[in-house]
Amino acid sequence: MVRAIIEPNYAAWRDKAREMLGAHVRPHEVDWCDATQTGSLMMEEPGLPRFVDPSEVKVPAEFLKLAAGVCAHTDERRFAILYRLLFRITRGGERHLMDHPADADMTLCRGWTKAVGRDVHKMHAFVRFRLVGVNEETGREQFVAWYEPEFRILRMASSFFEKRFAGMDWSILTPDECAHWDGHALSFSPGVSRLSVPDADAHDDLWRTYYRSIFNPARLKIQAMKSEMPMKFWKNLPEARIIPDLISGSSLRVEEMLEEPERPVKPMPNNEYIKALHARRLQGPGES
Amino acid sequence: MELNRKLEILADAAKYDASCASSGAAKKDSRGSTGVGSTGGMGICHSFTPDGRCVSLLKVLLTNVCLYDCHYCINRRSSNVQRARFTPEEVVKLTLDFYKRNYIEGLFLSSGIVRNADFTMEQVIEVARQLREVHQFRGYIHLKTIPEASQELIEKAGWYADRISINIELPTQAGLDKLAPEKNLKNTTQAMGGIRRRIEETVAAKKEAQQVRNRPRAAAPVFATGQSTQMLVGADSSDDALVLTRADELYRDYRLRRVYYSGFSPIPEPSVLLPIKAPPLVREHRLYQADWLLRFYGFNVREIVPVAHPHLDLELDPKLSWALRNRDVFPVDVNRASREMLWRIPGLGTMNVARILAARRHGRLHLADLLRMGIRLKKIMPFIIAADHVPRASLLEGDQLRQRFLPAPKQMELNFHNPPPATPEDALMARSGQL
Ligand code: SF4
Repeated sequence: MVRAIIEPNYAAWRDKAREMLGAHVRPHEVDWCDATQTGSLMMEEPGLPRFVDPSEVKVPAEFLKLAAGVCAHTDERRFAILYRLLFRITRGGERHLMDHPADADMTLCRGWTKAVGRDVHKMHAFVRFRLVGVNEETGREQFVAWYEPEFRILRMASSFFEKRFAGMDWSILTPDECAHWDGHALSFSPGVSRLSVPDADAHDDLWRTYYRSIFNPARLKIQAMKSEMPMKFWKNLPEARIIPDLISGSSLRVEEMLEEPERPVKPMPNNEYIKALHARRLQGPGES
Repeated sequence: MELNRKLEILADAAKYDASCASSGAAKKDSRGSTGVGSTGGMGICHSFTPDGRCVSLLKVLLTNVCLYDCHYCINRRSSNVQRARFTPEEVVKLTLDFYKRNYIEGLFLSSGIVRNADFTMEQVIEVARQLREVHQFRGYIHLKTIPEASQELIEKAGWYADRISINIELPTQAGLDKLAPEKNLKNTTQAMGGIRRRIEETVAAKKEAQQVRNRPRAAAPVFATGQSTQMLVGADSSDDALVLTRADELYRDYRLRRVYYSGFSPIPEPSVLLPIKAPPLVREHRLYQADWLLRFYGFNVREIVPVAHPHLDLELDPKLSWALRNRDVFPVDVNRASREMLWRIPGLGTMNVARILAARRHGRLHLADLLRMGIRLKKIMPFIIAADHVPRASLLEGDQLRQRFLPAPKQMELNFHNPPPATPEDALMARSGQL
């Protein structure tokens, strides 16, 4: 048995897996451990054979993409199952495993990448920037956001923000890690606590006004909202605090609408354009 | 009037327009510019309101003052609603301020018709121009156009926008004559035809430009990549066959990206000409499902709504209804059938069909394999043959089959509250797999 203790990220897993594969270590012979979970009590066992196969292993690009997603997940089995997949593909003669949708290992991994992908997507959607100032030298506006992703996806999710918000300075702070953009490069720093983030932005009120006005009380579908925007996200969304009021007030608003007297049709206004439209309509029968 | 109050009025005035897609734009982003914004791929829903709808764009009217008298609309001239008007600068600033806070994907701008069509169009275009040219905004812009506006202005809108749209409103001119007397189907389709031509020309020009090497790609201005429309359902007496036939024509003849169906829902300031009772929400949902079958599953309108059944079954999804009317083609062998035939199996979406085709190459499929792919067996069992499964012949006969799928009364309500394919498209995609 070999114990592989790695930092829980894709690069660390990839390096270790390459080493193992070169030494022809079989999947059931490795015990994968997360260095941040095991602490310093455990030591990597020197069970690794010295022999290294110099031949290069070819891995489908699609697998590497899958692996990056899987590594960001938190399931304890992920490193072991990924290695097993890698082994089967490269050493086990199952080259085409990647396009086998019914394979049990593949199904698990796809499930994990899907969850991670969803988390990235939700982060792109639910990060809320707050204006904190203007850089006096560059004149660029500076924004800060606090966000709590489910998985370790900050780096994966950051390039989206870089492309979208190139023209402003921004930081996204999370408990694990923070990302910063200054117009030139992305940089990362250790995580912080929520206390270091400003709590409100002057525009949050306008945004809530918009949110309230765009809602149609005649079509209440609370479940649909909650499945797309689960309540765990609500605490960092400025608009979420008015949701209970919108829901409780909706039936009254609909009743009022239904009780309103019907409005009569007003006569045609004295406007050349409207007159011309009607004249044209009366001349030639419209097509149906 | 204070900005907050204007926003309240002009967002409220825009909320009944459901055609607010934010997807399908050409790829662009803000790197190397002083502005913000990016598009490409699926639009993002930045929030959801308690009606289950996606909040993706800042959807407002420039003004809700309107000369027209469309009776389903709260802004019609006969309504006594309070009126307001944004200046173009106010909308520009709101869009940028919201965008920088990551509240939205961009702007969906429409307007009541003031003075005449061209004047109104110019105001709308001015907002887009400022966003693009003064502020280097690269986010999503969707402009509503007025079919009576000059072709030149409509095209100008197309150069600034990622998407332009004209609402068809109702499937027939007779319906329009009654409920929207200023609107004309022929003008609308003519304008759509013009937009279609321009979109196709731009695509062709772009292809050509790509073939000529060394030409900087970004130099060519980008015309809108698609148009969409909205049809109101339940405001007039049109049946689903009429609605779907019109939609089908719009997809074929005008290459629309999307037709949105909007179940008429009660509005403040109701008109004497409108039904008091709103159609059941599920009708809208069934129309979206049928629409999906037309576009991605190889069905034609007559198969979905045959002459004898001009209305969609509200209790069962349209593919299942079709299967129940065409039982003789089942059971279908998942290990042999063609892609087109697999598409017709109730409970199988295009994604799952692709998975089945891929998995077949690795060996014969058993029920357990299907289950692992995330396919719900209960629904498809009567219709398929797998390596270890042949349905009882009697299952495909008689009334029982329909009974089997009718939801229990309690559950039915739950289903009805399922969101209709919400905008933007990714939400729809997620659900369509279940069709
Ligand atoms: S043109 Fe018709 S639908 Fe549009 S705002 Fe005016 S009344 Fe409403």
